[in-house]
Amino acid sequence: MYDLGYSRPATLAKALELLQQDDLAQLVSGGQTLMPVLRARLAAPSQLVDIARLDDLRQICTIGAGIEIGAGMTHAEVAASPVVRAHLPALAALAGGIGDAQIRHRGTIGGSIANNDPAACYPSAVLALGARVQTNLRMLDAEAFFAGMFATALEPGEIVTAVHFPACAVACYLKFRNPASRFALVGVFAARLASDEHRIAIIGGGNGVFRWHEAERHLDRGAGVDGLDTVPLDLANFTGDIHGSADYRRHVAKVITRRALTQMA
Amino acid sequence: MNETVANGKFGQSVKRVEDARLITGRGRFVDDLVFPGQTYAAFVRSPYAHATIAGIDLASAQDMPGVIRILTGRELADAGLPPLPSGWNLSSIDGTPARVGLHHALAVDAIRFVGEPVALVIAETRDQARDAADTVLVEYQELPTVVDLAAAIADDAPQLHDGIAQNRAFEWEIGSSAAVEAAFAGATRRVTLSLRNNRLIPNAIEPRAINVQWSAFDEAMTIYLTHQNPIGMRGFFAIMLGLPSENNLRVVSPDVGGGFGSKAPAYAEEFAVAFAAKMLDRPVKWTAERSESFLTDAHGRDHLTTAELAMDDNGRFLGLRVHTLANLGAYISTSNALVVSYMYATMLSGQYAIPAIHARVEGVYTNTCPVDAYRGAGRPEAAYLIERLANLAAREIGVDQAEIRRRNFIREFPYQTPLIYCYDSGDYEGCLDAALGLADYAGFEARKAESQARGKLRGIGLSAYVEACGIGPSKLLASLGGGGAMWESCEIRVQPGGSIEVLTGAHNHGQGHQTVYAQIVSERFGVPMDSINVVQGDTDRIQAGTGTYGSRASVGLSAAVHSCDKIVAKGRAIVAHMLEVNLADVVFADGIYSSAASNRTVAFVEMAQAAHGAASFPTDQIEPGLVATSFFDPPNFTYPAGVHVCEVEIDPETGVVEVVAFNAADDFGNVANPLIVEGQVHGGVTQGIAQALWENAIYDPDNAQLMTASYMDYGMPRADSLPEFGLCFWPSPTPVNPLGMKGCGEAGAIGAPPAVINAVCDALGVDHVDMPASPEKIWQLCRAREVS
Ligand SMILES: Cc1cc2nc3c(=O)[nH]c(=O)nc-3n(C[C@H](O)[C@H](O)[C@H](O)COP(=O)(O)OP(=O)(O)OC[C@H]3O[C@@H](n4cnc5c(N)ncnc54)[C@H](O)[C@@H]3O)c2cc1C
Repeated sequence: MYDLGYSRPATLAKALELLQQDDLAQLVSGGQTLMPVLRARLAAPSQLVDIARLDDLRQICTIGAGIEIGAGMTHAEVAASPVVRAHLPALAALAGGIGDAQIRHRGTIGGSIANNDPAACYPSAVLALGARVQTNLRMLDAEAFFAGMFATALEPGEIVTAVHFPACAVACYLKFRNPASRFALVGVFAARLASDEHRIAIIGGGNGVFRWHEAERHLDRGAGVDGLDTVPLDLANFTGDIHGSADYRRHVAKVITRRALTQMA
Repeated sequence: MNETVANGKFGQSVKRVEDARLITGRGRFVDDLVFPGQTYAAFVRSPYAHATIAGIDLASAQDMPGVIRILTGRELADAGLPPLPSGWNLSSIDGTPARVGLHHALAVDAIRFVGEPVALVIAETRDQARDAADTVLVEYQELPTVVDLAAAIADDAPQLHDGIAQNRAFEWEIGSSAAVEAAFAGATRRVTLSLRNNRLIPNAIEPRAINVQWSAFDEAMTIYLTHQNPIGMRGFFAIMLGLPSENNLRVVSPDVGGGFGSKAPAYAEEFAVAFAAKMLDRPVKWTAERSESFLTDAHGRDHLTTAELAMDDNGRFLGLRVHTLANLGAYISTSNALVVSYMYATMLSGQYAIPAIHARVEGVYTNTCPVDAYRGAGRPEAAYLIERLANLAAREIGVDQAEIRRRNFIREFPYQTPLIYCYDSGDYEGCLDAALGLADYAGFEARKAESQARGKLRGIGLSAYVEACGIGPSKLLASLGGGGAMWESCEIRVQPGGSIEVLTGAHNHGQGHQTVYAQIVSERFGVPMDSINVVQGDTDRIQAGTGTYGSRASVGLSAAVHSCDKIVAKGRAIVAHMLEVNLADVVFADGIYSSAASNRTVAFVEMAQAAHGAASFPTDQIEPGLVATSFFDPPNFTYPAGVHVCEVEIDPETGVVEVVAFNAADDFGNVANPLIVEGQVHGGVTQGIAQALWENAIYDPDNAQLMTASYMDYGMPRADSLPEFGLCFWPSPTPVNPLGMKGCGEAGAIGAPPAVINAVCDALGVDHVDMPASPEKIWQLCRAREVS
């Protein structure tokens, strides 16, 4: 780690001010992505602005038929939340399957989606459920928020404050774990929305979260889960590495999509 | 932790006395030590795997805050630090000595693997040292690289060392090729196998660390080092560092957080740091970061082997022919010439009576981290090969995998193999039956049908391993190219107050020595375990020693037994005077000396007081004091053996292999502490399963970069991926040491990999699949299976 400053402002306004004053300052929330990066000396921010404990970012509540989760809520809190478990049990299960216990007690939903690791779990739920991302400046649709691997629509100094998930009929998240890191080698969030439309969002392909539109249309036509194997899934969405070729990842995506849909039925 | 620990007994599951301290964070490791005037070292490491060093520019680094000194390889060499020593002299078939590529502590003009240290920065703080190391400018001229064994021996392969053509360090053989030719000529059946034994990264929980103090006034050095053999390292270091004698050096290893072999070599970084401390006249400390551990801790395994087994029509093994390319990495690490030759090929007979065996091993340099002993060290590679061949043989003959083994088991002991070793004892078929019983082998078909109903493929795999532990005898090892010194010593000091110190040159790094040595002494003296203090790891305290590796606790414990015997015997002489009875009438049992000729008794502690008081016996006949030292040089290796049975379930859609059951019956001879031994088996089996399914060090074939250089990419085993293990002991006590112990530390890592792969092959109905059986590889095989 390089020498750096650290502050824990008491308000969101103060945090924003610190970011504005210093181009090289960086937000830290749970630190479960950022700290390993700093420890490996792969980044050299001038200071860390810690927002993990800001009250403004730490609520889970219902909004109409949907729910709002503050950006500072940890994976463990989301997994255990009665509100999330009642309204979006698949999301609670997703959060409960991230990393290990230590990571779940520090890592946050805000940090996860701001980071948009192509193998991270949350982006699949945000995209599949058509969630909206609230920042200090604006409200962004999921489609507009994610912009390819490790990229989002966030401007420098912009802070995610909450994520709004609309109600959905039924959903299921399945993760095929990378045997080493236990991140998703492939993850699929399948949902039937309140409108009865289907959504399939896939992570782990390597290029960032994406929707499998062909499968969604196939399901919306009322075609069965079994026919999924022949529905095209563009190989260009996948890249290979030592843990699995693009071809294998695509195959696994199909298998676990079918399994997720079977569990939902 | 103040309650009195009852007397220990050999064979009891006494809880480990060291654990409370270690698991509550009160262990003391090298990195915890800070000395007055402490400085910190950081290494500049090569980002390239093969390059020449065109120049090193230290100017800006030297101006960084806190920098005390920056040393290069050239400077160290000029100041007199010699290249690293080789621990074993191996000769090739033609009688020529192994071609050793010079290994400098810091690279002098060439780089041969990624992460090789190029310069050493010493600064006032750790961060300052690292910051400055980042700014050292090294100009490299990249050279083409080679990581693949077969490619490395090609004529046009990039050559690592001057004068060592085709990167071949040695070509060594064992056994009789003529006998094998004859056996094959007379055989009606044969099976052939080519396999790769995957490269592993050891991953001790505590990284390597060293802290060195130099005293210029009396030319004395103290090295605090995390190591498996601190006492034995003294000689190495004293010579390397040019000290006037071994007496000018003290080596101390406090608590050591795991090793698995990776803390047994003499490493480049440690020599550089120690030498620097002497040049600077200030204490220098270095603790590896985890990424440095991945890149530079000696790796394990990495063989490419072809083998043929000749049989008769009934599947009786007649002859075995083996050829192995062993990846040495960029240099020959301390013990690796031994590991790939005598530690490996001597075990190729397995549990079977094979009349003719011949093995040829070629040691090959590649642009990878040096390889050395890793849990099992050669023996897992042998067991994997012979146990895979046994299953191929069963397929070829059309008999069950248990049956092929029964037909070939060695049944008479001692048994002289064609490969030097003489197995002392064993009951291989008894072990097999015990393991099959534990595993409910007979019920497998029903379980397989049940899996099939759920769309899963189930397979069962056996492995019947034998290995060599308790390494000695010194004379034999010296005749094979080593330096001898394969004994262990133990001194027992009984203090005037009755407390006892047990000093041994073995060094605990997870084995529970604190407990087991105390158990044995407690039982022999009839005193509570907590009156016994086991002292290890300090050359100022320990008389002599050769370290902990190769499951050789039986060697040190045998020395302890002999020292106990000497003390008990001296006690009898003293008590004879105290009771005024004949020596022959004094008996000692359960901590009490007594005699039929007297109604007085003397407790062990009273005897100890009397020994020190020296008033109740004639000191011209009996020396005062109560200290005994013994050295035990084992007359033979011990040969632990066992049968492991693994059951896997494969998801044919994804290729994921799940180990659903694992059972083992092991012959470790007499077991000193079943709780500790089971723990050792759990750890070993876990590492073995991990080698078979997850662990794999991968170098990029194009540029020799390590692609599995962190836990994001290197697959470590996790508890939740393992079934409950079913274990039992099937002991045939060994006659080669007074305790009848054989050793257990590596067994799991030896027996498990072939059991897992045999189960995978059984499930898929294929001849072979290389480790690790990763999901994509298995999925491909499942697909091929569906098509056919
Ligand atoms: C061993 C390991 C295993 C893991 N396994 C998984 C897994 O299986 N699945 C998974 O999804 N994740 C996994 N993770 C990642 C983990 O979930 C992280 O917690 C998460 O990705 C980042 O959240 P954080 O709060 O820790 O963010 P931080 O590390 O604090 O920050 C990450 C980045 O986001 C920025 N940031 C943080 N908060 C905000 C905000 N509110 N607004 C704008 N920018 C912000 C930071 O500046 C930084 O750039 C794993 C991590 C580790 C170390």
